Amino acid sequence: MAGTSTLNRFYLLLLVIAVGGGGLLFWQVRRKVPSIPANVTVTAADTAGFQGYFMGKADAPVVITEYADFQCPACQTFDMVQFPDVVRQLIEGGQVRWRYRDFPLSGHPFSRLAAHAAACADEQDRYWQQHAMLYQGQSQWAREAEPSGTFRGYAQQIGLDVAAYDACMLSAKYAGRIQASYDEGVRVGVGSTPTFLAGGRLYEGVQGSDALKKLADSLAGAAAATR
Amino acid sequence: MRYRMGTAVLSLAGMLISAYLWMFKHGFIGTLSCGSGGCETVQLSSYSSFLGVDVALLGFLGYVLFLGVSLVGVQPAWLARPEPSRALLLLSGGGLLFAGYLTWLELFVIHAICRWCVASAAIIVAVFVLALLDHRRMARH
Repeated sequence: MAGTSTLNRFYLLLLVIAVGGGGLLFWQVRRKVPSIPANVTVTAADTAGFQGYFMGKADAPVVITEYADFQCPACQTFDMVQFPDVVRQLIEGGQVRWRYRDFPLSGHPFSRLAAHAAACADEQDRYWQQHAMLYQGQSQWAREAEPSGTFRGYAQQIGLDVAAYDACMLSAKYAGRIQASYDEGVRVGVGSTPTFLAGGRLYEGVQGSDALKKLADSLAGAAAATR
Repeated sequence: MRYRMGTAVLSLAGMLISAYLWMFKHGFIGTLSCGSGGCETVQLSSYSSFLGVDVALLGFLGYVLFLGVSLVGVQPAWLARPEPSRALLLLSGGGLLFAGYLTWLELFVIHAICRWCVASAAIIVAVFVLALLDHRRMARH
């Protein structure tokens, strides 16, 4: 019957489209995505000249270093709740220079990828914008199976040259720098995130902006007294 | 029969596009193949959900309905019956309004164009046109 044979050909066409489309989706899932290794050898180029991501005046009397992990919920809380006040009260006023160091914890599978996404944004002078996007979106991307597309979306939203960002991510060129940052944290005694280093002492856990202001005041006073 | 076969093929293509966008939104796919990069902007915006449900998932379910109705419509027992045409016309009409709303959001609110969303909207328009032609054909007989 002509009707039956037409219907069979139609079913075959549907099958071909379903299998072909399903195959393409499978290929997309398996496609090469950026991966930032942890077992990388740190070279001199990863440490020389790069001391972290800075915010604030270079001649500020106090430097506070934050060791943090983009996938750590406490770091997110600090970044979203306390850090804006720190920026307004201490950094913009010239009292503190903020230094951010990556301290990716091994239990967080996407920390290094996020840190690398921020490093690639730094190449285009948008580090702090990407840093903010990563923390704001943490609760979404931390649940994803593979968040590099979400990070790329942030890069797009903050106006990065996406082609250059893609090339940077695929190269994994900052893996050594991230490891060097982690190693520095271990050397100074960091064991959890966030941890703050100020005046040679470590302060563990989320610090309130008021506590950081008191600390900055006391360190600035001590620095002035020794001058 | 040809019109209903056409809507079935288009619906299957729409299902694949919706599945692709949904898989991206949930991190199963690293990056979208989207020349402009606007796809990520649209998919990561707050408008990628509608009443708490992913728009891509709504699209997928809509296309499943289109496909189901189309497949019923090509069965010999249903070929001469108008119900599948009416159902397709109604469903794709609703889909057309929703696709229009989403395209308006892309152009005037999000200010980014997702090519896959445009492709999906084009498929809905095509399904609607085929359903309309099929409905007119049934009305003439």
